[in-house]
Amino acid sequence: MEERLPRRVAAVRGLTRRFGDRTVLDELDLDVHAGEFIALLGRSGSGKSTLLRALAGLDRDVEGGLEVTGTVAVAFQEPRLVPWKRVEANVALGLAAPDAAARARRALEEVELTGRAGAWPLTLSGGEAQRASLARALVREPELLLLDEPFSALDALTRITVHRLVLRLWAAHRPAVLLVTHDVDEALVLADRVLVLDGGRIAHEAAISAGRPRHRDHPELVALRARLLTALGVGPEGHPVPDRPLTAEAGR
Amino acid sequence: MSSPALEVQAAREPAPPGPPAPGRPPRPPAPRPSARRKAWRRWISPLVVVVLWQVASATGLLPERLLAGPATIAATTVDLVTDGTLPTAIAVSLQRVAIGFVLGGLAGVLLALVAGLSRAGENAVDPLMQMLRALPFFGLIPLFILWFGIGETPKVTLVALAVSFPLYLNTFAGVRGVDGKLAELARTLELGRAALIRHIVLPGALPQTLVGLRQSLGVAWLALIVAEQVNADAGLGYMINDAREFLRTDVIVVGLLVYSALGLLTDAVVRLLERRALSWRSGFLGE
Repeated sequence: MEERLPRRVAAVRGLTRRFGDRTVLDELDLDVHAGEFIALLGRSGSGKSTLLRALAGLDRDVEGGLEVTGTVAVAFQEPRLVPWKRVEANVALGLAAPDAAARARRALEEVELTGRAGAWPLTLSGGEAQRASLARALVREPELLLLDEPFSALDALTRITVHRLVLRLWAAHRPAVLLVTHDVDEALVLADRVLVLDGGRIAHEAAISAGRPRHRDHPELVALRARLLTALGVGPEGHPVPDRPLTAEAGR
Repeated sequence: MSSPALEVQAAREPAPPGPPAPGRPPRPPAPRPSARRKAWRRWISPLVVVVLWQVASATGLLPERLLAGPATIAATTVDLVTDGTLPTAIAVSLQRVAIGFVLGGLAGVLLALVAGLSRAGENAVDPLMQMLRALPFFGLIPLFILWFGIGETPKVTLVALAVSFPLYLNTFAGVRGVDGKLAELARTLELGRAALIRHIVLPGALPQTLVGLRQSLGVAWLALIVAEQVNADAGLGYMINDAREFLRTDVIVVGLLVYSALGLLTDAVVRLLERRALSWRSGFLGE
């Protein structure tokens, strides 16, 4: 329960997406409020990415209500840098403003990539490429930032660095963030609100109140981790996996 | 023990990595002179052939009527250059190739874009292009002469036609091969259709288009040679045909050499263009 509801940047009502006779999203409802950091968890095939693509406007075959206000930016799992444009031109791509180049340089400064502004994308490391991709998303000053497992291909150490970077950028710009991930710990470290997608709906929802920076041993996170793993059908170690993951707690 | 044998070995092997094998006298590592010596060795057999050719011509074993000797050919080249025949012929032929290449290239690339960028365009253009491609275009020469007479038009048209297909096919494949993920990215960046084509589609298709460019330049020279054989009153083909009338095999050989030199030259230009336009790929191709 939130006492003060900030402005909504996205409202999803009864969203349904079918692929053939398989229903991936089934009457899904979701509100995204300005400035909140949401992590969307789910087993593979649960429709996480389908929901994100719908919010990004990349899927036009969805049924139901989908209302997104303000600018949306996306960072994909693969950085999707345009290989024939140097890093700075990649960040400035699609910026119509006359000061596009200056804004791109500022965004690269924020992700600490100034030194590679003139580099070809194919010469970047995985972490650098993902930071460039983040800069390209942020330079558009989005009100809703969609992150589609952007850290999953990074090595563990780089991932920690990029997590911190994302939190810093989020604190500085305050976009609403919807992070799709299958990494429970990543969700716990980053998000205000964790959603579990199952059966095409949001089956489980939890708010995290622990302050940042968070340590993974924080009691709130430990307790929530166990619940989330159970919700994802994994269950804590040494316990039998329940037949049916809990669905009762779906927050509305 | 014997140094000639050693030298042969050193020349055949690329500079051996690591320390020299025991028992061999230590050599200073000098891969460059050895490579240069090796390059020279590649010239030996062509030079031997040229010398034999010259000897056969000088002794009358190889009559001038069949093939002129190298010395005669060299002298003829100088004559043809100084009296202006060769420069004029080259200029005329180059102009035919250039005009035909530009027209055919533009047509090929534009049609490929029309076909590549929309399903409707593909349905309209691609079947026609595939049918035309199946025609043996050198067989069209009689029709071209009927339609365009024997002036410049049929020659330029033949070159243009020959050039357009490799460029069409490769550019079409290049446009269709552009990464769909980048097109999706363009959508999230709210690029318009024009910006999508300019920033994503065209540069994405460029590597394949350049492959088509090299192919079509090769075909362009071939088409020119065929067209100039048929009916010409100027240009390299005319020079060659005219020489045939007078049994001037030296002039014919000069013409052929010029054709191949021009072909190599244009290929080198495209390679240079490729290196500059695709420098972004150096990341994984290595410098």
